Order: sequence, then structure tokens, then C-alpha cells
Amino acid sequence: MLDHLALTFADPGLYLPFVFAGLMGVAILIYVVFDGFDLGVGLLTPLATGAEKDRMIASIGPFWDANETWLVLAVGILLVAFPSAHGAILTALYLPVAMMLTGLILRGVSFELRAKAPAAQKRLWNGAFFLGSLMASLSQGYMLGMYIMGLDSTPFHIAFACLTAVFLTVGYSFIGAAWLILKTEGALQWKAIGWARGGIWGLVLGMGAISAASPLVSDRIWSKWFSFPELLWLAPLPILSGLLLVLLWRSLYALPRTDDRGAMAPFAYGTALFTLAFLGLAYSFYPFVVPEKLTIYEAASAPESLWIILIGTLIVLPMILAYTALAYWVFRGKATDLKYY
Amino acid sequence: MDTLILSRIQFGANISFHILFPTITIALGWALLFFKLRFNATRDESWMDLYRFWVKVFALSFGMGVVSGITMSFQFGTNWPGFMEAVGNVAGPLLAYEVLTAFFLEAAFLGIMLFGWRRVPDWVHTTATVLVAFGTTLSAFWILVLNSWMHTPAGYELRDGVVYATDWWAIIFNPSMPYRLAHVLLASGLTVAFLIAGLSAFRWLIGDRAAAVRKGLTFGMWLGAILIPIQILAGDMHGLNTLEHQPAKVAAMEGNWETRGNVPLLLFAIPDEEARTNHFEIGIPSMASVILKHSPSGVVPGLNDFVAEDGTPMHPPVAPVFWSFRVMVATGMAMLAVSWFTVWSMRRGRGVEALPKVVLLVLVAMTFSGWLATLAGWYTTEIGRQPWLVTGVLTTAQAVADVPAGMVLSTLLGYLGIYAILTLAYVGVLFHLARKAAKGELLPERPKSAAAIAVVTPAE
Ligand code: HDD
Ligand code: HEM
Ligand code: HEM
Repeated sequence: MLDHLALTFADPGLYLPFVFAGLMGVAILIYVVFDGFDLGVGLLTPLATGAEKDRMIASIGPFWDANETWLVLAVGILLVAFPSAHGAILTALYLPVAMMLTGLILRGVSFELRAKAPAAQKRLWNGAFFLGSLMASLSQGYMLGMYIMGLDSTPFHIAFACLTAVFLTVGYSFIGAAWLILKTEGALQWKAIGWARGGIWGLVLGMGAISAASPLVSDRIWSKWFSFPELLWLAPLPILSGLLLVLLWRSLYALPRTDDRGAMAPFAYGTALFTLAFLGLAYSFYPFVVPEKLTIYEAASAPESLWIILIGTLIVLPMILAYTALAYWVFRGKATDLKYY
Repeated sequence: MDTLILSRIQFGANISFHILFPTITIALGWALLFFKLRFNATRDESWMDLYRFWVKVFALSFGMGVVSGITMSFQFGTNWPGFMEAVGNVAGPLLAYEVLTAFFLEAAFLGIMLFGWRRVPDWVHTTATVLVAFGTTLSAFWILVLNSWMHTPAGYELRDGVVYATDWWAIIFNPSMPYRLAHVLLASGLTVAFLIAGLSAFRWLIGDRAAAVRKGLTFGMWLGAILIPIQILAGDMHGLNTLEHQPAKVAAMEGNWETRGNVPLLLFAIPDEEARTNHFEIGIPSMASVILKHSPSGVVPGLNDFVAEDGTPMHPPVAPVFWSFRVMVATGMAMLAVSWFTVWSMRRGRGVEALPKVVLLVLVAMTFSGWLATLAGWYTTEIGRQPWLVTGVLTTAQAVADVPAGMVLSTLLGYLGIYAILTLAYVGVLFHLARKAAKGELLPERPKSAAAIAVVTPAE
């Protein structure tokens, strides 16, 4: 066993793909939580009044751009570390990718234009902001579903992907509501608590559906889940998830409080839940990057090029985390109206 | 139409839309820093007004640049999978370094730069502004390294059709990189110079006599007048570099069919690829030879040298390269004439008042002239590289994805529709902001004490 490990880590052809798959996973996870909450805020805007919309959007104003950069990083790592997988996945998902990009474009521009275009157009851009958030969330959920189903489009797979599209959208709305609980106060916070309570069901159903479907579509995943001793590896995931759901439920019903204690809790528990769900997926799919077709080891670029990137990443990633933390710290506390000076 | 041509149009449309905004943000970031430093040094409120106005334009342009850029990064996988498979070992690290060093830097500090002035000490805000401006410039550096490498590849070896990096120094400082980087950064400066001068002239024409308008116009025209001669020089050197490394492109730019001396500089012509000649030529005798070879009898390569045995042309399509090159150079000459005349009249007379109305109108008309020249320049460069995607290594046709043409066409139409609407909305909003500023609606109550700042204003 140890000999085997030592051997693995002596050969860059073996550990580099693993390291890059890990990095890509981290980037995707950070993206899903962070852009998840700002997409979620966009999804919730139709439920709010005009002034509340301004406040909600102000709560994500300083962050959304950096959040989307994690998507660029994730697709970038896929592109640079696993070029053939990148081509295979993105050509298979051609249309949902185009829809997601269109959604992200609409969202990003409406964010600015709703405040800067003539007042008469504000409603239009508010609508585009919601529509863009919806398109992006739905298409991401759809892509997740297709990916789990192995990227080929039978009617059953498409139906499943439509289901995950809805669940991911509800999941994003949930984490968006949790963010608003943290960043707002008063009547809007009340509303956000209501939205978050409503969103939990989507979370439960979504995680349930994906967990039920993954082993059914793939014998490999089935045996990974339901054979001994692998079962022991996996067991903590459902147990922890159940525990987190209970905690989340209780934290939501303890809110709002006049001293605002516990306003952070739903967001923290939600993040933990997303992380667990993600770990479960990663565990099931390893070592494949294109499900059942291409492993990370087959798809990886030349070790020399991966080294160049890895060195840069190891130096720069801590800096990125540091200045991301700085930005969140500067804009800590409740959201206030955005001013340029 | 087949997938290849549709994918090419789609790529061209996406990157053309994308580049509109980086061209503005790269230089505008530095301009904002300048305004801020002037304000800090002089405490003259009109510098602050200038900052307040242009930071809004910056935020809008940046947002548009980011979302259209995300589209770009997916394009490689959706439409050009062969690109990464063949040259991923070079392109990958360059793109990765762009994301890691530049994108995160800009994105993280953008929030502080835009909304943090009153939340952090002044020096932190200034630092954030510097870092954002530096980040945009750095991302231009990385992407231009990659683009230049595609034009003039170096530092690699081919094994079984796949490129492996052998010398990163040679890859980064490939032969055309310094010229392209300088030319593009100058183009950004010129775009911003004419944008600021144009919108300021617009405000002046509708009756706004604020000091900030005067300062904006003067700043823009001085910047333009200083940068344009440098740009023409840089462009000339860039052309000489291209002559050395991509002679077929230069032949197309000059519309020159036969390799010969005493080649005229064509001002007008209609290149005809069927007959392999030009119609209706108007030119200055021997001038192209003088520019490219510094002697009237200098021999300039001709397009007929780049035809395969079986007659297939191995040179780019001539007319688009020929014409976009002329559009760029003509815009550059117009920029030279206008900025020098404006600066000269302002120095002779009493500043902006001395400018005749027609000059102001011309400035308004040239508000987006930087976009025109930039796009024309990119079309020259990129179409001039065809049929190669990476010169001598990979043709465009080899890299294209195997997706059904109908799918590419439908997404292409979708993108084109959105881009048309958004470009109009963007231009409209800029003039709308200028009109609002002229009516004084953007000016805040001037706070005298820190307490007054707490007054809540609606989100902008
Ligand atoms: C000369 C400059 C230049 C050129 C040729 C390009 N870009 Fe760009 N890009 C920038 C200059 C820039 C910039 C100035 O750095 C932007 C604009 C606004 C911004 O946020 O950064 C940017 C943004 C930007 C973003 C969003 C970054 C973020 O999330 O903050 C992506 C993903 C790309 N670009 C990708 C590309 C790709 C794949 C290109 C070519 C195929 C490309 N860009 C050409
Ligand atoms: C930002 C300014 C740029 C503009 C306006 C631009 C424009 C264009 C245009 C018009 C074409 C089509 C040429 C033809 O097919 O006849 C093209 C091709 C291409 N360019 Fe650029 N380009 C730019 C920058 C870049 C950069 C920075 C890269 C890569 C790093 C790049 C990569 C490509 C690729 C892959 C193609 C091949 C696809 C095609 O032929 O359409 N371009 N570009
Ligand atoms: C008036 C004199 C000018 C000359 C002689 C000139 C020359 C050139 C040449 C030869 C190229 C092609 C480079 C190649 O072969 O790949 C080019 C490209 C380009 N030009 Fe110009 N140019 C001039 C003015 C301008 C102006 C005023 C702008 C913008 C404001 C501009 C923006 C560009 C851009 C963005 C490109 C594509 C990127 C590149 O390859 O550098 N140019 N120019």
C-alpha cells in the first residue's frame, strides 16, 4: 500500500492530474456557493419591492464580478489541464452553455444598466436581471444533470436534467436568501427568512434525486456506494447532511432576533450542505472527468505544462484568497446603498 | 453555410463585442487614477466631478467586458476543440496565468475601487485603483502574448501534430509580441482620449459650462495629440515586423499581387481574387516600397508567391484585409488632424471657448472613433492570418468543432441580436449620463463635513 502510494507520488503523470482535478473541484465548489448566492439574489428579485430590489442588488454589488471569476478559473483549469475532456464536454453541452452565457451576459449588463439607463427603462432591466439569473441557474442545473447522466441525450436523460435544473435553481434561491438574511435587516430580512424556509424543500428533494439517480445510471457508482468497505467511506455524508438539515431548520426558526445573532448560521449551514453534496459527487465520479469515457489520467496535458501552471497557482492562490477575504471584510456588515465615492 | 464559416463568424462577433469594452477599461482605469491624484493634490472639486462621471462609465464598461469575456473563454471548448488539443501545452499556461494573475486581481479590487472610497483609508482606495488598472493591463499582456504567439509562434517543438513548449522565454517574447502589445495599449489610450473629449464636447454643445467639461475636453485632446504620433510610429514598426514574419499578410494589406520593386501605396482599389488583380487603382507611385523597404526600388512580396502547386491560395482573403487596414489608417490620420488642430486652437485662443462649433461637432462624431480603428486593426491582423490559426502549425479548418451547423447558426443569431441591443443600450446610456450630468443631476450635494456623507442616496 505505502509502496504503491510512494510510487504514485513519484510519477508526475499520476499525481499532477489528481492535483488539478482537486483544484478544479475547489474552483467549481467556490463558484457554486458564491455565484450561487448572487444568482439566487437575482432569482428572488421579483418577490421584492422596488426599494428592496435596490438593497438586494447592493448586497452583491461589490462581489459578483469576483464570484464569476471562479467560473472562468474552473473552465480554465478544465481547458488547460484536461484539453480533450474540455472539448468533449463543452461540445456535448453546446446549447446549454450558450444559454448560460446569454444569461450571464444579460445579468451582468442589467446590473449596471438598471441603475444608469433612463428611469423609464429600469423595469425592463430589472426584468432582464431576473431573466438572466434564471437562464444561468437553469442551464447550470441542466448541465449538472446531463453530466451525471453521462452526457448523452436520451429523452429520459433530458427529463432528469430538467429536474436537476429546477432543483439547482431552487438551491441557488435558497443560498441567496440565506445571504440576504446575513446582509439585510428589518422587513427585507423577514422576507428572506420566509424565502429560505421555502427553499429548504428544494434542497432536500434535489440532493435526494441526485443521490438516488447516480447509482442507478452507473453500475460503477453502484458498486462504489454499496460494497464494503467503501460504504464506510461514504456513510458520513448522508449522516452529516441530515444533521446539517436539522441545524439549518432550527436556525431558520430561531430568526429573526433583535440582536441579529445567528444571522450567519443559515448561510454557513447551507454552504456546508453544498460542500457535502459536492464531495459526494466528486467521490462518485473519480477518476472520470468525462463520465464513463475519459479518466483524468487519460485526459491530462503534458506534465511540463502542468508544472508551469502548478507553480504559479501555488504562489498566486493564497494571494487570491487573501484579497478576496479583504474585499469581504471591507464590505462586512449589513448592505448599504452603493456609492461610487 | 457550413460549421466552419459559421463558427468563424461567431468567434469574430463575440471577440469584436468583447474587445469594445477592454479597449475602454484598460486606459480609463489609469485616467481615473490620474483624476483622483489631481484631486488629492489640488483639492479642486472639478477633478472630483470628472472622476465621479467617468467612474460610472468605467463600472458599466467593466461589467460588459467581464460578461463578454466569460463567453470568450467558453468559445475555445464549444467551437474550437482542435485548438486546445494541438496547442494547449502553450495556450493553456498563458490563459491560466491570465486568470490567476490578472482576472482575480481586477475583480477583487474592483469592488473596493468602485464602492469603497468612504469605507477604507484613502491610500487603500488609491492602491485598489492602481491594482485594477494594473490588472486590466496585465490581462491585456497575457492574452496578447497568446495572440502574438499564434501569429509568430516560437519556442516550441511539434511531436505528432501536438505542440510542446521548449522555451517559455521565447514563447512569451515571441517576435510580434512587443509590437502588438504597444500598439494595442496605445489604441486603448486613444480610444479613451476621444471618448472623453467627445462626450465633453457633447456636454459643452448642450450648454454645460462646468469646469469638469473643460478639463475633460482638454485632457482628452492632449492625450490624443500626444499618443497618436507614437501610435503611427508603432504601427509602422509593427508593419515592418509583419513583413518579416507574415509576408502574405502584408501583401494583402498593400493589395500587391506580384513580387516587385517600385510598389505604389494604394489609396483606393478593388482587389479581385478571381482575376488576381486590382480594379480602379489610385496610388502614390513607389510609396509602399519606400515605407516597407526605405527605398523606391525596394522589392515587396506579392500575393502570387503564396499559391499552392494546385492553385489553392495560401494567402488571406485580400479585400477584407486591404480595406480594414485602410479604415484603421484613415481613422488614425483623422485622429492626428483633429487632435492637433484642437490642441493648437485651444493654446492659441482661450481654451475651449476658442473652438469653433464645427470642431466640437467633429469631436462628438469621433467619440467612438477608437472603436472603429481598433476593430479595423484587429480584422486586418486576424483575417490576415488566415488560412492559419497558428501560423504554419494549425489551420483554422483543422481546429473547428464537429457540431451541427444549425446549432451554431441559432446561437450565432442569438448572440448577434443581443450584441446589437446591448451596444445600442451602452452608447445610449453614455449620452444619457452626459445629458444628466449637464443638467447637474449627477452632482451630489457637496458634503462639508464627514457627517453629511451619511445622507442616504439611492443606489447608482
Ligand atoms: C487587449 C485586451 C484584451 C483582449 C484581446 C481580450 N481580452 Fe478579455 N479582457 C480584457 C482584455 C482583453 C480586460 C481588460 O482585462 C477585461 C475587460 C474588462 C475586464 O474585467 O477585464 C477582460 C475580461 C475578460 C474575462 C472576464 C474576466 C473576469 O471575470 O474578471 C474573460 C474570461 C476574458 N476576458 C477572456 C478573453 C479571451 C478568451 C480572449 C481572447 C480570445 C480575450 N479575453 C481577449
Ligand atoms: C480582441 C481583439 C480581436 C478581434 C477583434 C479578433 C477578431 C477576429 C476575427 C474577425 C477573426 C475571423 C478571421 C476569419 O475567420 O476570417 C478572428 C479569428 C480568430 N481569432 Fe481573433 N480577434 C481578436 C483577438 C484574438 C485573441 C486575443 C485570440 C486568442 C488568444 C484570438 C483567437 C482567434 C481564433 C482562435 C480565431 C479563429 C477563428 C476564426 O477564424 O474565426 N483572437 N479573430
Ligand atoms: C495610422 C497609422 C497606423 C498604422 C500604420 C498602423 C499599423 C498597423 C498594422 C501594420 C497592423 C497589423 C499588424 C499585423 O500585421 O498583425 C495593425 C493592427 C492594429 N491596429 Fe493599427 N495602425 C495605425 C493606427 C491605428 C490606430 C489609430 C488604432 C486604434 C486606435 C489602431 C489599432 C490597431 C489594432 C487594435 C490592431 C490589431 C492588433 C495588432 O496586431 O496590433 N491602429 N496596425
